[in-house]
Amino acid sequence: MRFSLGKWLLPLYTMLALILLLIPIGYTFIFSFNDYFKTNIGWQGFTFRNWTNACDAQGLCSAFGNSLMIGVVSTVFATAMGTALALALARYKFRGRSIISLLIFIPMATPEVVLGAGLAAQFFTLNVEKGLVTVILAHTLFCLSFVVVTVKARVASLDPALEEAGRDLYAPPSQVFWRITFPLLIPGILSAALLSFALSFDDFIITYFNSGSVQTFPTFIYISASRGVPAEANVIASAVFILTLAVVVTSQLVSRARAKALKRSA
Amino acid sequence: MALAGFADTSSRKTSAPMRKSRVVILLLLPGIAYLGLFFLAPLVALLITSFEAPDPNSFDFGAYVYAFQWQNYVAGVAEYWPIFLRSFFFAIVATLAALLIGYPIAYFIGVYLRGRASLQAFTLILVVAPFFISFLLRTLAWKQILGDDSWLVTTLKSLSIMPADGHITGTAFSVIFGLTYNFIPFMVLPIYASLERLDLRYLEASSDLYSRPSTTFFRVTLPLSLPGVVSGTLLTFIPASGDYINASDDFLGGPSTQMVGNQIQSNFLKLLDYPMAAVLSVVLMGIIMAIVTFYVRRSGTEDLV
Repeated sequence: MRFSLGKWLLPLYTMLALILLLIPIGYTFIFSFNDYFKTNIGWQGFTFRNWTNACDAQGLCSAFGNSLMIGVVSTVFATAMGTALALALARYKFRGRSIISLLIFIPMATPEVVLGAGLAAQFFTLNVEKGLVTVILAHTLFCLSFVVVTVKARVASLDPALEEAGRDLYAPPSQVFWRITFPLLIPGILSAALLSFALSFDDFIITYFNSGSVQTFPTFIYISASRGVPAEANVIASAVFILTLAVVVTSQLVSRARAKALKRSA
Repeated sequence: MALAGFADTSSRKTSAPMRKSRVVILLLLPGIAYLGLFFLAPLVALLITSFEAPDPNSFDFGAYVYAFQWQNYVAGVAEYWPIFLRSFFFAIVATLAALLIGYPIAYFIGVYLRGRASLQAFTLILVVAPFFISFLLRTLAWKQILGDDSWLVTTLKSLSIMPADGHITGTAFSVIFGLTYNFIPFMVLPIYASLERLDLRYLEASSDLYSRPSTTFFRVTLPLSLPGVVSGTLLTFIPASGDYINASDDFLGGPSTQMVGNQIQSNFLKLLDYPMAAVLSVVLMGIIMAIVTFYVRRSGTEDLV
């Protein structure tokens, strides 16, 4: 009665596909321990040196610091504006709503190279010098739409009965919002912020068009790619990977434990 | 998952009352103003730049003035149409390959593992794990694994599976491979979101009516997961057609695999030919919008499948 493609074929296929997906991660991680000289290609021996002296590669740590800073600042802006937009779209009816939804959707359907070139053309026309500020402005833009989509989904899934209960108990609208709606939205806002930070941190194309002489972690890798990326960059990427994985796994565990506790108390 | 929301165009009615329009304006104003200033205005800037001509009063490299030089478009299309064709060919093949690889993964997680929540979560984390490591580094890793001096290529050559002067990197194959690899998670997530909601009783009903598993798949499962397939293919096709990392010389490409993105980048940042870069961007955006509109309209009708 199985409606799947054979009992073992599908799991096997998925396993092979997942291995394919994970190969470059393993490669990057392993080569962070390579005792390399000049180019980090080909295995030359095991060392911890790259991990203990990750900042020895010139320009790497300042690029990494820039990436963190740009990620945090643009995430704060994008999350604030995006949450407001999501609330307006999910909770109010007004004229021009569908046009605004379209305006939010199109940046996600625009190739990055077009967004990057457009912003660079605008900064060029207005004689704005490229640097940290232009990168932050650009990152805030492309993160904004993703925040709106994520938070809007969360607002739509809220149980309206909770807010109705608040209103029935004569809470003024502002109190209903800050004591009921907003706390319930926090997980959605947090995941939107995480997504936004991840998008910003890993962005290369838009950044490269608008960064001028400022380097971020991705532009550092791009520029060093022609003469060989230092293993220290693998160290930073592997550390970020492990940290992100830990955050995701922990949040999964916490939310599942919570769901279980809720079920038990219900 | 944010990506799943891509396909969600219906908005559920909420019971919240209409309140003062002032609140709405306050909520909308910052975001809309931002999108106007940093999304719409740059598109207009791009459009204006695409009609510019070299400044006759300046000998500076990269100085241009507005001249309604529509011939820029003629020149751009005449020079770059083969590259446009190649870009869309690469993007379409990569999208199909990602669909063939991604759909079974999504099906496995959403249907096969139904009811085993921890295994589902674990597999999903594996699917998105590549996102946690730098896009450029993972592409470079493939370059090294598939490079001419790599263990894989030397082995294939010593077994005479590959000709002695053959390459993997720098070919159309490796660029398409890289594009496919990099966007598979974008394909899996929305399809998973569709399949996860699929009511398994439909599949049971279908097999109770003596349809073969393949018939059940093509007549029941696939149509019901179509919204996910549509958003997954869009999420793969759009970035793939504008990508220039995979195709660039330092990564998986070579001189014969250049895509439109590479040309936009080199015109803008190296040759300082802003009008040409703008022409290519406008044409790329126009073609993508046309394809997306057509595709969404077509797949919105049931007779597609």
